[in-house]
Amino acid sequence: MKHLWLTAKLDIVESLRARWFMIYSLVFGGIVALLFAFGLTESRVLGFIGLSRLLVTYIQLSMAILPIFVLITTVRSVAGDREAGVFEYLLSLPVSLSAWFWGKIVGRYLVVFLPVFAAMAAAAGWAMIKDVEVPWEMFLYYTGLLAAISWCFLGIGMLISTVARSIDVAQGAAFLVWLTMLLFLDLILLGIMIQGHVAPEVAVALALINPLQVFRTAALMLFDPQLVVIGPAAYVIFDYFGGPLFKIYALIYPVLLGTLSATGGYLLFRRGDLP
Amino acid sequence: MIHFNHVSKTFKRNQVLDNIDLKIELGERIALVGSNGAGKTTLIRCLLGEYVYDGEVTVNGLVPRRERTKVLQKIGFVPQLPPPLKMPVSQLVGFAASLCNSERKRMEDVAQRLGLDLGKIARLPFVKLSGGMKQKLLISIAMGRDTNILVMDEPAANLDPDARHIFFELLAERLQNTTMLISSHRLDEVAPLVNRVLEMDRGKVVLDDRVAEDTSLSGKLACRLTLRRPEEAIAKALMGWGFRDTGSGTEWEGMIAGPDRLRFLGVLSRYVGLLTQISLDEIVRSAGQ
Repeated sequence: MKHLWLTAKLDIVESLRARWFMIYSLVFGGIVALLFAFGLTESRVLGFIGLSRLLVTYIQLSMAILPIFVLITTVRSVAGDREAGVFEYLLSLPVSLSAWFWGKIVGRYLVVFLPVFAAMAAAAGWAMIKDVEVPWEMFLYYTGLLAAISWCFLGIGMLISTVARSIDVAQGAAFLVWLTMLLFLDLILLGIMIQGHVAPEVAVALALINPLQVFRTAALMLFDPQLVVIGPAAYVIFDYFGGPLFKIYALIYPVLLGTLSATGGYLLFRRGDLP
Repeated sequence: MIHFNHVSKTFKRNQVLDNIDLKIELGERIALVGSNGAGKTTLIRCLLGEYVYDGEVTVNGLVPRRERTKVLQKIGFVPQLPPPLKMPVSQLVGFAASLCNSERKRMEDVAQRLGLDLGKIARLPFVKLSGGMKQKLLISIAMGRDTNILVMDEPAANLDPDARHIFFELLAERLQNTTMLISSHRLDEVAPLVNRVLEMDRGKVVLDDRVAEDTSLSGKLACRLTLRRPEEAIAKALMGWGFRDTGSGTEWEGMIAGPDRLRFLGVLSRYVGLLTQISLDEIVRSAGQ
């Protein structure tokens, strides 16, 4: 366990000094700052008012940015470290492969999740100072959703990094995975599939296994119980599962997918050449 | 101690190690030489448990890949190319000391002997250090802990003559209880350090030879040179070796580390037309030799 934390700490320090982390933090901090600057908390659209409107906009933007950011930075740094000889040296030290791999994931997880959470927490803090009502239940659930989706894409990123031996291949694969999930969002490909008379079960199953879609449905569900804006597959899912059950599924499924991907990555990592 | 038993390694149909059989005993100092692509780095990575391979590698009966932490606890490694780590020097030392169950102070002491003040560079990112500083730091980490195997890839390539001498002294202090595997492209770089030479070519050991141990690792040579005329280029080279001018640019004296004599003569060979006299006198021999 000591080695795992040492590795996690090492990864955190390496990430904090990396340029990608600075950009990453600026992007999420910047989003919240811009949303405040444009007076989003004072407007009313589709019944979203105050901080709840800011949060729903933030979570939508996070859905677009967070997965690709986590995927690309993870695969770049892990595959890059391997190519640059970092693995050759650090893995010549007496650290077990499990402590190394999972330590790296833990460190990286803290680094990718905390800026996203901190931006949201800062928004809530600012709202409290400005006497704007903070929807705490929504805040907590969104924190859970962001934590789950960060873990999910981190796990997928680690799996891709292990399989792909070079930065170029890893980046290309990461982008492809993200694009595929994006295309299978309810409002894009699923809409077309349903229009093209694909069996509804297939569309619903795709919506349920696509972590981006799960995230999106769950994020919007808190706002729009009538499901005016969430799309056809999500509507069926919501109708079938009901709100509370789907809320739990949206937290558990991405965590499970991320854990399975990371475990697959670890097994491959342990079995193959390290540097 | 170290046993390579029919070890082969293939990368996408390209056989890099071809049925290597090798036994290395405690106290042996081995030069692993060969051209690029001969298989030296792959052999080292198999020993460090970083590659999977056909055959078997054991270190004191343990398989590095299966019992990594136990095996690597006893191996100090200095790579040829320092890793581009962004972490501060102090954290790298702390990380290595914690993993190796060693004390940071021991690594700092070795660095101090090599002329590297860790206190001054503690906050600098490792990647920002000069090539020589990186090399000294990696040597300090490898030697500032309890190991009985040292695996070093061109370890002294970036060191200045003083640091090279200290480095040879550090190796000399471990002669009895340490096995050393020193990889290099050129035999003359490492020949004085070793008592066995393994030459690799296309994945095979093509030469396995013993070397006479007449050179003391910790010994020094007093050197005097007389030049035909003062010349800026050789003056610069000699000052780089810590020599001092004792006669208007034509008389020079200085000290050379015993194992560096071949390297030093190699440098002098570029100015052989200028040399009128040269003397090398051994002034120190270690107790054991």
